[in-house]
Amino acid sequence: MMGLNKKPPYNTTLNNSQLYGIVALRVLIGWHLLYEGISKILNPYWSSAAFLLDSKWILSGIAKTIASSPGILAFVDYLNMYGLTAIGISLILGLFSRYASIIGMGLILTYYLFSPPLIGLEYSRPAEGSYIIVNKNLIEACALFLLYQFPTSHIIGLDKFFTNKTPFWD
Amino acid sequence: MSEDQKKNLTEENSQRREILKALATIPVLGLFFANLLEKYRREAIKKSNILKDLVKEKNVPNVIKKISNSDHLNIGIIGYGGRGGHLVRGAGFATKGWIDYATDAQKENKLHKALATFMSQEDLNCSLIGACDLFDINLELAVDASKNEIRPGGKPKGIAKKYKDYRELLADDDIDAVIIATPDHWHSKITTDAAKAGKHVYCEKGLTRTFDEAIDVYDTVKEAGITFQLGHQNRQVEANEQARKIIEQGLLGPVNLVELTTNRNSSWGAWVWNIHEKANSKTIDWDMFQKPAPNKIPFGEEALKRFFRWRCWYDYGTGLSGDLLSHDFDTINQIMNIGIPKYASSTGGIYFYKDGRDVPDVWNATFEYPDKDLTILYSATLSSNSPRGNRIMGHDATMMMGGQSGGGSIHGFIVTADNESTKYRNRIKSGIINTKYPMYSYSPGSKQIDGVTSATSQYFASKGLLYTYRDGKRVDPTHLHIKDWLDAIRSGGVTSCNIEVALHEAVACHMATESYLRGRRIEWDPINRKLI
Repeated sequence: MMGLNKKPPYNTTLNNSQLYGIVALRVLIGWHLLYEGISKILNPYWSSAAFLLDSKWILSGIAKTIASSPGILAFVDYLNMYGLTAIGISLILGLFSRYASIIGMGLILTYYLFSPPLIGLEYSRPAEGSYIIVNKNLIEACALFLLYQFPTSHIIGLDKFFTNKTPFWD
Repeated sequence: MSEDQKKNLTEENSQRREILKALATIPVLGLFFANLLEKYRREAIKKSNILKDLVKEKNVPNVIKKISNSDHLNIGIIGYGGRGGHLVRGAGFATKGWIDYATDAQKENKLHKALATFMSQEDLNCSLIGACDLFDINLELAVDASKNEIRPGGKPKGIAKKYKDYRELLADDDIDAVIIATPDHWHSKITTDAAKAGKHVYCEKGLTRTFDEAIDVYDTVKEAGITFQLGHQNRQVEANEQARKIIEQGLLGPVNLVELTTNRNSSWGAWVWNIHEKANSKTIDWDMFQKPAPNKIPFGEEALKRFFRWRCWYDYGTGLSGDLLSHDFDTINQIMNIGIPKYASSTGGIYFYKDGRDVPDVWNATFEYPDKDLTILYSATLSSNSPRGNRIMGHDATMMMGGQSGGGSIHGFIVTADNESTKYRNRIKSGIINTKYPMYSYSPGSKQIDGVTSATSQYFASKGLLYTYRDGKRVDPTHLHIKDWLDAIRSGGVTSCNIEVALHEAVACHMATESYLRGRRIEWDPINRKLI
């Protein structure tokens, strides 16, 4: 994370179609994550427990430890609800979008690693599509990595107000 | 316009454009929230339209009744087998062995909550001062449980005295109340003797082994005026109380058919239980065990099988009828207040467990209530786990409990509208009610995690017999049921599974059993209290 937004690859030259395409991707992913977050906040019965208990592969031990401790579980639930919401808003507004992209990538990659659609792993929760190794989480995480590499919020987004100035967090 | 002015204007324009660009995506956020509001507004309308008819959600009687525990009660246990052990734990006494097992289980699997649930039980202010069992090992375990200090409320006030003969236990003036968890063939004799001795009784289900015994127990308990509780802990399950309210309000429309099922597929589920390694003619009083049984056999290998697997023979119980139908019947009686049926018929056979038993392992019974326009259908198999659940089928909606009501709704239920419903026709047409999805679902504790894993615990959990919820906290209904009984003893109140409803269960189950044994339909004569 060192040097983030200090000397970002602002010199990347994008033509208009490329720029608007990437902005559209950013806003769409933001929209998706925002709704994922808000729908969890608004549902009093939502908990990550069911997802965690169904976890397979290398992180299943950690998942079960989280699920079995009410304190940690509550913390993880809040992290998901408000984390997703904040990342969503950030991507849509183009505010601190590079942070949001890389943190969002990490979060979604975690979802992937908790339950990857690998051959031989059976989940009790049905998938909403057909997947083998690659699923939408992996693709979205990859897309967020691209958004991190090709920032647009300094052109279209509130980050513009911070560009060419020393960011206030420095 | 001078060149400078032109330049300034261009710069201003470009600056404005840049600012607009920076703010360009803000309307997206507005669009998002506008859509979000619209979505929730529509769902709220749907919900309010459905819920208007349904139970007021805030009305749930979640709080455990507070009754003064000031009167200390001395209790005795007669029959300390598996169920006896559970009942005594419900009263607040666990053996050291059980505490060790539950502690290890919790260490191994943090989701295993048996110990935590036990330790958070309310102290019922009672002592276990008498224990009777015909198997010495079990008798020792009961004594062990009575003195174990690891329990809610700490160090117990008394230690159980051992009795080989229940009559001596009943003669102990210090004992106020007894829990009877013997095999069914002993229920009526011990219950009537206890009632005559003025002891309050908690008796396990099924009430008795025969119809005549049930009538005898009813009359004796009524005459003695003791506080009686039949061991149907489903009476304490929150979901059943909610289901009762929904049906009371007529939300299912006319209900003409109720389908109850038992689906088990393990030798444990078919009562093929372990024969204790220390069981022999010295540690077991076999003659006493089989005293009330119509057919007697000498002590030996067969006797040992029958001692531990008594549910498999009509000499000691009534098989599926008293063991499992009785639970489901009482649940429906609790929810719908159906009482004793006019007719019962049943068929079945021993199709899978050809191990010498004489009770059927596949058994189907029907109960007719002509005055209520209702049929209760019970279908049981001990050789398939396929979860059929219980269904209360109304003209306007169906309530599914357990089994098929699906993930997350253990001890809950769902209500789904019928696509030919009269009551909901307009709402179905306008899309407010979708018959593909439940219009009401009740799944208490859905945010809690249960470590209920084995197939048999899943069976009991799906029937709501293992755990229920009060104020979102997990409680063992057996504990609540014992508490309900002790509270009633202290306050002089009525227990939730009192002798009146106990008689309904007993007569209904015996009608079905008699039908199987006699090979014909059985009719209940309520005037003369006879089976025709």
